[in-house]
Amino acid sequence: MFAFRSGLQKYNVEHNFEVKSIIHYYAQWIKEGKLQVNSDWNKDLQIKFTVQDPCQLVRKSFGDPVAEDLRFVVKSVVGDENFIDMVPNRSNNFCCGGGGGFLQAGYPEERHAYGKIKLNQILKTGATYAITPCHNCHAQIHDLSDHYKAGYHTVHLWTLIALSMGILGENEREYLGPDLAEVNLPE
Amino acid sequence: MHKKNNINKLAVGSTVTVCREAARPKQLVRAASVKQEFLIISTKWVRMSKKKGTGLCSMAEEAIKLGENKSKFIDKVKEHLPDGGNLNLCLTCGACSSGCPATGLADMDPRKFLRMAALGMDEEIKKSPWPWLCTMCQRCIYVCPMKINIPQLVYYARQLTPREDRPKGILGSCDVALRSDTCSAMGATEEDFQFVVEDVLEEVQAEQPGWEDLQAPINKKGSYFYLNQNSREPVTEADEMIPLWKILHKVDADWTYGTKGWAAENYCMFLADDEAWEHITRVKAKAVEDLGCKVWLNTE
Repeated sequence: MFAFRSGLQKYNVEHNFEVKSIIHYYAQWIKEGKLQVNSDWNKDLQIKFTVQDPCQLVRKSFGDPVAEDLRFVVKSVVGDENFIDMVPNRSNNFCCGGGGGFLQAGYPEERHAYGKIKLNQILKTGATYAITPCHNCHAQIHDLSDHYKAGYHTVHLWTLIALSMGILGENEREYLGPDLAEVNLPE
Repeated sequence: MHKKNNINKLAVGSTVTVCREAARPKQLVRAASVKQEFLIISTKWVRMSKKKGTGLCSMAEEAIKLGENKSKFIDKVKEHLPDGGNLNLCLTCGACSSGCPATGLADMDPRKFLRMAALGMDEEIKKSPWPWLCTMCQRCIYVCPMKINIPQLVYYARQLTPREDRPKGILGSCDVALRSDTCSAMGATEEDFQFVVEDVLEEVQAEQPGWEDLQAPINKKGSYFYLNQNSREPVTEADEMIPLWKILHKVDADWTYGTKGWAAENYCMFLADDEAWEHITRVKAKAVEDLGCKVWLNTE
């Protein structure tokens, strides 16, 4: 998204549309009552989640307001008490090391070293799941967990929204751990 | 020149030239801006001699040797950026480096990188892999009191490497994306994309009760949202698109995919290839315009 949004500006590309993140709309749809999520499924389970603020979405594009939208969505879906923020966060968040082409640049050792800050931030929250709304973050944070045998799971936001609504099919649970493999399955 | 003299070892009556601020009893050390001559009057005390200010302190002279490589790189980057990217405003406070996950990789950090550029060390910058280890995440400029655009300095430093010698993974992904109007870095064609979307959709409609009327429209003119998709989903994990479609269905969103320009990723920016980045941007913008959509909706 950053590449497209900043490309439109940098190269003065005339256009009659807006560039938006679906995170913004998730929050809006929940507030409007259109997206009926709830966190009841996690009331007893008490599974803990943290969230990665993607640099390209937050610091580089829409700033803290979209970070608030992101938190609103996550808390609505997993429950306030089950969300643990990393520190620092929002616009001041650390990059995970998945951006800028690092994943494809051919420096895996350096990329793992870079990601150690993020790894330790995630581990400090004690969360079982790191929610990563960006593809590069998802790939890097997933790989960090594998490489350092950290044990946390890495999951897309749409997975949890659908889970909380009881509409997440069994084939759509690739990134969930065994603890959530059968939770809130559609009838 | 004396750098560190123990007064005990100097003969009384002799003189010694040192930096002025170092003229303390016992030890004649440390740097200052002006060197001076001192008379040794005992093994504990010195007195300033009558000869004063005989020139600049030797330590300052020795500090940095730049040679003849006067900078061209940083000046060029300044031309590209509003206010020259503030590239000459560094206070060397180090806020950038202390909060940068790439600090220490390839023996570099953002402040050092900027200093090297400012000192005209273009060849050393060109040799360093660091521009490819920095993700241009912009945390440095975010915390910088002078708002110095180090990320853009890094972007243009990537251009110091000839295009064909830049990291193969990034280069290949950009080149593949340039091959078709899908802009897919994984090489998925318009037909591939349409086939996968329709195939996955039919399966859900047939096998998941209650989702018989789930939609995944393609090229639907006049839709409000033009939804793009990272190539990873249609190419390697197609089932990940389903939750997204279900959510859009639940909120009754007016959306469409486009066979052109649907791929969300853009490695040409990472490659720092302006021409290619612009091309990809224009293809995607045209795709949205041609369908008359109001919002380019990113899944991230």
